[in-house]
Amino acid sequence: MGLKTPLHDVHVASGAKIIDFGGWDMPLQYGSQLEEHRAVRRDAGIFDVSHMCALDLSGPRVREFLRRLLANDVGKLTTPGRALYSCMLLPAGGVIDDLITYFISETWFRLVVNAGTRRKDIAWIEQHAAPFGVSVRERTDLAILAVQGPNARVKTGALLSPAHRATALGIPRFSAAAIDAWFLARTGYTGEDGFEIVLPAADAVATWQALVAQGVAPAGLGARDTLRLEAGMCLYGNDLDESHSPLESGLEWTVAWQPADRDFIGRGALTRVRAAPAQMLVGLVLEERGVLRSHQAVSAAAQSAAAAAGQPADRKIGEVTSGTFSPTLNRSIALARVHAGAGERVMVDIRGKPHAARVVRPPFARNGKALIEI
Amino acid sequence: MSENIPDDLQYTKSHEWVRSLPGGEVEVGITDHAQEALGDLVFVELPQLDTQLTAGAACAVVESVKAASDVYSPVTGRVTARNEELVQKPELLNSDPYGAGWMMRVRLDAGAGGLLAARDYAQSLKEAE
Repeated sequence: MGLKTPLHDVHVASGAKIIDFGGWDMPLQYGSQLEEHRAVRRDAGIFDVSHMCALDLSGPRVREFLRRLLANDVGKLTTPGRALYSCMLLPAGGVIDDLITYFISETWFRLVVNAGTRRKDIAWIEQHAAPFGVSVRERTDLAILAVQGPNARVKTGALLSPAHRATALGIPRFSAAAIDAWFLARTGYTGEDGFEIVLPAADAVATWQALVAQGVAPAGLGARDTLRLEAGMCLYGNDLDESHSPLESGLEWTVAWQPADRDFIGRGALTRVRAAPAQMLVGLVLEERGVLRSHQAVSAAAQSAAAAAGQPADRKIGEVTSGTFSPTLNRSIALARVHAGAGERVMVDIRGKPHAARVVRPPFARNGKALIEI
Repeated sequence: MSENIPDDLQYTKSHEWVRSLPGGEVEVGITDHAQEALGDLVFVELPQLDTQLTAGAACAVVESVKAASDVYSPVTGRVTARNEELVQKPELLNSDPYGAGWMMRVRLDAGAGGLLAARDYAQSLKEAE
């Protein structure tokens, strides 16, 4: 028996297959995972992500604290409502978690962190917040619904009064606004437009049902995983962990090096390897039939002479961190961590047999469209 | 959940089905329960023609969006046919597991033994719940 979100009974009544995720009983799928994926790419889907944890940080020095805590710089957040994606690092540069920070006011920022890491995150944040006089409040009274897809914003707006609807539809990308009891953010984890609605747990069931009545398709963690992987987004625990820095995880773009005197936790360690990270996260597209899965070994493609001699490719250069079947590309895709300087083609070991894969730059698909040529 | 378990087939506890054909051959596939548990199937790897199969040994792989699963041969014998359409359309395992989703035909070395009748397979599913 795991932890349950306010929507648990709704999921069970909808026939969802329930699995454990980070200690939570969560819906994997309601029917066909592929159909849920396509609903989000083509129309609108709704995910219960209430297992994720909203943390409210408050105090006069909260911005100063977050500029120390996070590898990205909340100094970039100058307009209330703006959001920032960042890693939170260990001093050695490994990733404790990846999270989104919302700037609400000079004395109040909100973080949304992963379910599986929430206990260690809170302990780490509280430990470092104390000297800044920043208080940390875990918002267990809130639920989070992600409504995603090209029609997600309009279908969400249909639940609101005309005035609130205008406000909601005017929220810029990667920003949020308070609308009555909702904290409505134009963010997501699917590569589609949409909202994440942070709302009182007591309102979660009625809001879910109202969105479903608008024709928004319930979608589970299975579709959420194929959507985020197509969008080239990392999953903590698979593609990100405490043993690898953001530079080895495709997330250098989230590290704010300027201003040079901002001393964020992990900066020294990252600076030492910045010039030449030993490993990098790349995208793979499988050129043959089959499905890439995490932990499969990646080898350099056999040199032509060796290939001609029928020798196997056996020089391991890394491994798959997340792999799946991409419904949009109709091919298997993956993220893989490999030695820097891997070529354009690699071999992946699937059940003892080498399979050819092409190295590509994620994302694989976003906004309903394939971004990789097959 | 009501299970679709045709009376005229035989089954294994590992969720394969066997259909007797004339001339000492059988047709093999996975059950409705198996496809339901696996979810949307996206890849099938079948044994080559003439492969010698041993009852209880892994003989094929099916992969859903979620995971890869071995298929265990319910019988001992030689592969005489593969469902090539299934390789192109793995979703036939979901839509028609006992019909268009058949996987292979096998010529038996001897009689097929140790298989379950439909009611016994249904019982084994109940016990596993």
